[in-house]
Amino acid sequence: MQTITLNGLTKVYGKEKIPAVNEVSFSVDQGELFGLIGPDGAGKTSIFRMLTTVLLPDGGGATVNGFDVVKDYRQIRSSVGYMPGKFSLYPDLSIEENLSFFATVFNTTIEENYHLIRDIYVQIEPFKKRRAGKLSGGMKQKLALCCALIHKPTVLFLDEPTTGVDPVSRKEFWEMLKRLKAQNITIVVSTPYMDEAALCDRIALMQDGKILSIDTPANIVSAYPDQLFAVKADRMYALLSAVARYDNTINSYAFGEYAHVSLPAALGQEAAGAALKNWLAQTGLEALEVFPTEPTIEDCFIKLTMDHLASAKN
Amino acid sequence: MRTVLFLLQKEFRQIFRNKSILAIIMVMPVVQLIIMPLAADYEVKNINLAVVDHDHSSYSRQLISKITASGYFRLADYSATFKEAMKFIESDHADVVLEIPHGFEKKLIREDEQQLFIAVNAINGTKANLGGAYLGQIIRAYNQDIRLELVQPGRINPIPVIEITSSNWFNPLMNYKFFMVPGILAILVTMVGGFLTSLNIVREKEIGTIEQINVTPIRKHHFILGKLIPFWILGNVVFTVGLLVSWLVYGIVPVGNPGVLYSFIAVYLLAIMGFGLLVSTFCETQQQAMFIMFFFMMVFILMGGLFTPIESMPDWARAIAAFNPVSYLINVMRLVILKGSGFREILPHLGIIAGFAVVLNSWAILNYKKTT
Repeated sequence: MQTITLNGLTKVYGKEKIPAVNEVSFSVDQGELFGLIGPDGAGKTSIFRMLTTVLLPDGGGATVNGFDVVKDYRQIRSSVGYMPGKFSLYPDLSIEENLSFFATVFNTTIEENYHLIRDIYVQIEPFKKRRAGKLSGGMKQKLALCCALIHKPTVLFLDEPTTGVDPVSRKEFWEMLKRLKAQNITIVVSTPYMDEAALCDRIALMQDGKILSIDTPANIVSAYPDQLFAVKADRMYALLSAVARYDNTINSYAFGEYAHVSLPAALGQEAAGAALKNWLAQTGLEALEVFPTEPTIEDCFIKLTMDHLASAKN
Repeated sequence: MRTVLFLLQKEFRQIFRNKSILAIIMVMPVVQLIIMPLAADYEVKNINLAVVDHDHSSYSRQLISKITASGYFRLADYSATFKEAMKFIESDHADVVLEIPHGFEKKLIREDEQQLFIAVNAINGTKANLGGAYLGQIIRAYNQDIRLELVQPGRINPIPVIEITSSNWFNPLMNYKFFMVPGILAILVTMVGGFLTSLNIVREKEIGTIEQINVTPIRKHHFILGKLIPFWILGNVVFTVGLLVSWLVYGIVPVGNPGVLYSFIAVYLLAIMGFGLLVSTFCETQQQAMFIMFFFMMVFILMGGLFTPIESMPDWARAIAAFNPVSYLINVMRLVILKGSGFREILPHLGIIAGFAVVLNSWAILNYKKTT
């Protein structure tokens, strides 16, 4: 069953009428953990705001739980949870007061849905008398998640929940999302971090208000068309400029301590690797390491972005 | 209705937690009502007088002592020439120069006529105006005394004289405080009602909480009621504190029925809060809201008849003042507190303010969109 459907959803901003969201269509199944992955300005937040009925679309339509985001906004508002990217709870109310306020406006109580938030709430409960404005970044996010969950929503929208949160809290956060998914809550999450994409059931890679690709992370990775090599040498900068000059290179960029180089699949894996190594040795680089590597979501995203830019130019 | 109750609980919790705002709400009316009326004094005292006496007669001396004994003038200088006295005006040590010509006494008795010269420093308009008028009055009274002394009044006055005696109704002693305090109280109620409402809503926008509120089932009118009611109550509290201060400090007790005052304030607060609400719908930050409110407050105060009567303003200014809710409140405050007007007399004002309340609030609600 499809919980969320988008049909040519469009939003334009400003006098220049630049589309922030450009005819986006996709659907999310019930109980799915769906990720919107893309850089800043890709249009993730605009999609969230339209789906949560706080922003009116300029074209196309969307439904959440079968309700139209424009006509039936009232039904949507009482059945979804939304956690905006910016912390937006009352900083002058305590953890407890914030939570009970949001529980009461949805006509429920903390006790009634405590089972949903227990795992998260126990971590911040020791500070429940503290004002929300005085909490650390990770605790704020946990509180915001509690507040978004307290009315037992069927769909949860999380807009960049882990941006600006430390790696340990980020990891914890994703574990919490997995537990919520087990409760059959549909979760749509956006993130600029590619490593988090692999944790979603399905992801949509976005750029400039357009969807580049929608699939499971595994399928997106296996659809990578080229051969990817990880290369290392004694001088990184010289290496990067050398691989960029190499005739067969489709794409090359630094990736951690390695440089990633994609070569056409037609060359054959071993031959392509040996030829690249030979060519690099000729340029005077030493301590060379060249080996084929599995593409990650980030590699796929870079590939898709390059293609997108190339097609935009033509 | 339950939702409004929860919103109110939240709102009051936030207000009582914000100690500085709470203190200002309570301290502002007390301090401003105690200090401002004392400073905003219409009576001009201590006018510095420079006298150039060319006569040195007993008459001239009598005149000078009469002037200084009035309590309004302070003899700053006793110069020999007008030029010297003018220097005192130039250095701002004197406000008025009185020149008594040579042979003042002699000519006055022999020729029954004499002229005096008064030069006034008009940089401070109010002081110059009143100083000149006071001096004129004192000299006229002195003239009357001399006439009595020299001419034996007959049974019938040979020259017909119109004598004017005035009586000041509703404020017999012309105590300017009776006039200023209700006006200042009106301004205070306006500030609390207008400023706080608009800033509070814009604050929710600024810190992003409105985004979270917008995705809840809270309805537009719930949210607005949740904002209006607390500040409506606070406005009434400030008004009551202000009335108590004016009673305890100035002994001002409303001649009219306080119930009439409160019913007017109840409607007035709705109007001014509607205005605050309207401003808040146009602003994204508290800074913007603050400046817009400040601009209107200045207009409201200076064109509200607190310091200068609206009736003496030019036509265009009177047209603007007709759209100034503060002018109606100041008017009603003075009517009820000083004159003791009843409900029927303030009904036109009440009607206009109710109109303001309806128009401003509906405009604000139309403009406050939950979805953009």
